[in-house]
Amino acid sequence: MDRLLGAMTVASLLLIGLVLASVRREHIRVEYSISWLAAGLALLVLSLWKSLDQRIALVLKIPDLAVSLLTVCGVVFLAVLFAFSLRLSQLKDSSIKLAQRVAILEYRLESLAAESAPNKSSLRAEAAGAQGTRAKLGQPAR
Amino acid sequence: MVVNKLMVLIPAYNEEGAVASVVEEVRAVVPDATILVVDDCSEDHTIREAQRIGASVLPLPHHLGLGGCVQAGYRLAFELDFDYVIRVDGDGQHDPRDIPALLTALQRENCEMVIGSRFLNAENPRRVLLRGGWCRALGIALFRSILRPILGRPVSDPTSGFVGVNRKALDVFSRAFPLEYPEIEALVVLQRRRFRFMEVPCRIRVRRAGKSSITAIKAFYFPVHVLLGVFVNVLLFPSSRIGRILRK
Repeated sequence: MDRLLGAMTVASLLLIGLVLASVRREHIRVEYSISWLAAGLALLVLSLWKSLDQRIALVLKIPDLAVSLLTVCGVVFLAVLFAFSLRLSQLKDSSIKLAQRVAILEYRLESLAAESAPNKSSLRAEAAGAQGTRAKLGQPAR
Repeated sequence: MVVNKLMVLIPAYNEEGAVASVVEEVRAVVPDATILVVDDCSEDHTIREAQRIGASVLPLPHHLGLGGCVQAGYRLAFELDFDYVIRVDGDGQHDPRDIPALLTALQRENCEMVIGSRFLNAENPRRVLLRGGWCRALGIALFRSILRPILGRPVSDPTSGFVGVNRKALDVFSRAFPLEYPEIEALVVLQRRRFRFMEVPCRIRVRRAGKSSITAIKAFYFPVHVLLGVFVNVLLFPSSRIGRILRK
């Protein structure tokens, strides 16, 4: 048990150190490091405070201290991963909307440029010229 | 046939070998329609090929996948006040000669979405079903049986990407459209809003160039993803008790 707690102390210190180093190098943004730092600190406290572990094992009704400790660790990491899944999903939605908006704006801008300067030899102007007004944005054939 | 603001939407990803001929074929069938190629950040010369042939191109800044790509086209079409959008795949599998049938159905049948079905009126539907292999045939059969009670009617080709929508559906899809493997989920999204759809027979051809995005691993991932998407959409049905609880 002591060996497990020792390993947990080392692992939590490594995790905290790694996260802090990554924040310092700006590999992880501060707001995303908080969940990992909190998880690392929770593990550190659990690994150093044996009476707390025993109380948790009692509450969870798991007789084996090691199993109860690993269960708590698992829950902590699952919570962190779930929080990041939520954040990732939000970011993906935003990124898709942004990409679509950028593409549409770029398209409209080029079409406006092609309309206002038809003699410019841009690809858009050539395409629009080849197609007549049909291919121009906002002027679909009726 | 009166063509009121029709856009033919061609989602394309690495389709330099086929996109130009698809655009040409579409133009020959519906010369008055606006043809929009939505390029999903291809790594080849898809954009150049589409522009060479005179199509309008909407180039996405990064790869979004089929759903995101199609939705970008729907958004643009909605913003530009198009009345109808017909989606034709950029690999040449859909025969543009079937576009008028889809458009006529959209205009006359008062439905929000029309699906080009390769199985409807086929001489030997089982042979057509098995043409894509056992795995795909099983998948289609599975989705048919799952969708039937949800939609309240049978659908012969739920995975068809040859789809036409009117402005009402365009309004919905421009705001909410499934991002991966969108065809099946899109049907449930429409059903949620009590929109109508119908199927018209269409021809299907072998792809001219490029390769299918469904790889061996994705073939297993695809049904799981779609089933989950369908399940989540069913939960959002207004009549769903679980949906009501979740919405609270």
